[in-house]
Amino acid sequence: MELGPAGSGGREPGRLREGLRVYRLVAGAWIRSTMAYRASFVMTAFGNFASTALDFVAILLMFTRVDGLAGWSLPDVAFLYGLSATSFGLADLAVGSVEGLGRRVRDGTLDLLFLRPAPVLAQLAADRFALRRLGRITQGLLVLGWALAAVDVAWTPLKVLLMPVMVVSGGVIFGAVFVGGSAFQFAAQDASEVQNAFTYGGVTLLQYPPTVFARELVRGVTFVLPLAFVDWVPASYVLGRPLPLDLPAWTAFLPPLVAAVCCALAGLAWRAGVRSYRSTGS
Amino acid sequence: MGAGRLYAAVAAGGFRRYATYRVATAAGVFTNTVFGLILVYTYLALWDVRPHLGGYDRAQAVTYVWLGQACLAALAIGGGGVEDELIERIRTGDIAIDLYRPADLQLWWLAGDLGRAVFQLLGRGVAPFVLGSLLFPVALPSDVLTWTAFLGTVLLAMLVSFGIRYLVALSTFWLMDGRGALQMMMITGFFCSGMLLPLNVFPGALGDVVRVLPWSSLLQAPADVLLGRAGALGTYLFQAAWAVALLLAGRLLQSVATRRVVVQGG
Repeated sequence: MELGPAGSGGREPGRLREGLRVYRLVAGAWIRSTMAYRASFVMTAFGNFASTALDFVAILLMFTRVDGLAGWSLPDVAFLYGLSATSFGLADLAVGSVEGLGRRVRDGTLDLLFLRPAPVLAQLAADRFALRRLGRITQGLLVLGWALAAVDVAWTPLKVLLMPVMVVSGGVIFGAVFVGGSAFQFAAQDASEVQNAFTYGGVTLLQYPPTVFARELVRGVTFVLPLAFVDWVPASYVLGRPLPLDLPAWTAFLPPLVAAVCCALAGLAWRAGVRSYRSTGS
Repeated sequence: MGAGRLYAAVAAGGFRRYATYRVATAAGVFTNTVFGLILVYTYLALWDVRPHLGGYDRAQAVTYVWLGQACLAALAIGGGGVEDELIERIRTGDIAIDLYRPADLQLWWLAGDLGRAVFQLLGRGVAPFVLGSLLFPVALPSDVLTWTAFLGTVLLAMLVSFGIRYLVALSTFWLMDGRGALQMMMITGFFCSGMLLPLNVFPGALGDVVRVLPWSSLLQAPADVLLGRAGALGTYLFQAAWAVALLLAGRLLQSVATRRVVVQGG
């Protein structure tokens, strides 16, 4: 089924602008609907904050019994945690809703999105836009703030500049994983949980030092699914530690490039998924 | 149909219902295995620094991780059992239909949940556990008696788990929306069951407190028996006491709810 949305033959920048406009409209509608129940919003945002804080509680509990984990101190691990959680939180807020694709394929409501004259990816990413996910971002930023105050870093202008670049690029990399994983759901449908292993599994993995894990695993998340560029590689540079896999120092500045490549690949996967889509029909 | 046969049929239905979705089950096994891998490496790093942390050696710590991944879905430690559906039925008012069925509400849902739990233990639990045992050195008992005792603790854990989730679901009668309660249940479940970290690794008084709470029946109790760190009898008594207390509380709350609360719906 190739129900090309209006303007599908148009130039790429035009389509992108159209996508962003649709995204803003749909997300805005969901925000207004959320804000109609303010108490419920505050509670679910707090719940989001508290449930994501659990991972950090586990780390704190570990550090009540040890002073270092694979050679990393608590502030260093908190630095990783804060970066990983904030980047992931941004991606989850912006495009996390795409993981609902499998459900929409099953119950046939995806067809509805195809019939509207607007890019499907933008509609799906803004679907049920969940402002409560600010809870996760807040939690990540709080830990990151504490870590920044506690780590022992010789700051240079370059390192300071790398901080926001790292967070934004990390968010884009996770966003690409969300979109790529959802594209896979066109084929997998019921297997939507596999996606969790890469999204939620990825954010958990990156909260711990790379030295904890087997070398093959670190290789895999550096060269195959390049999650290591969210925080392991650039954060090691900022902390003045040897980079994972003895990568040269300049690789710490690769995250924007890696993020761009991930986006391109996720976009291709998404297109392939849309082309292969067959409606459930009923 | 005799009462026993009715609830057996409901349990079998619960089992079959989850067994239908094979691809989803395989996906769950994959995800549990990935999370198990991540946890194993962090635990090993922890045990490298403190070789006998919490009285476990490295192999026991690894076994604990895979046991946790095997039990997570079956014991619905973070939720995800029949309570989601029960909450939805209370919210929409469909619960009224359940209430005039010639069957006991609590036993009906318990039977369905046990069917689900048994399937998820076999379908989602065994594979990550076996995979983990092949990839890493584990500490497993060699005698049938310990394995049998362990299965007994898992069965009791299923009852305790249902007891907790049934109470949470019934709260919907008053709260009208179960999302907040489910979220709190998930957080306490993960923290107090030992899913984050074995309870014997928790520091000082905090460790003592979480060990007597009902959630320690879910993961810590079966682990203690499997790893040969606790006798079966004492563990059974502890779990059974919590199961009875929670199920009785559920029964009490159920009678209050059905007598005093007006069912929603038009």
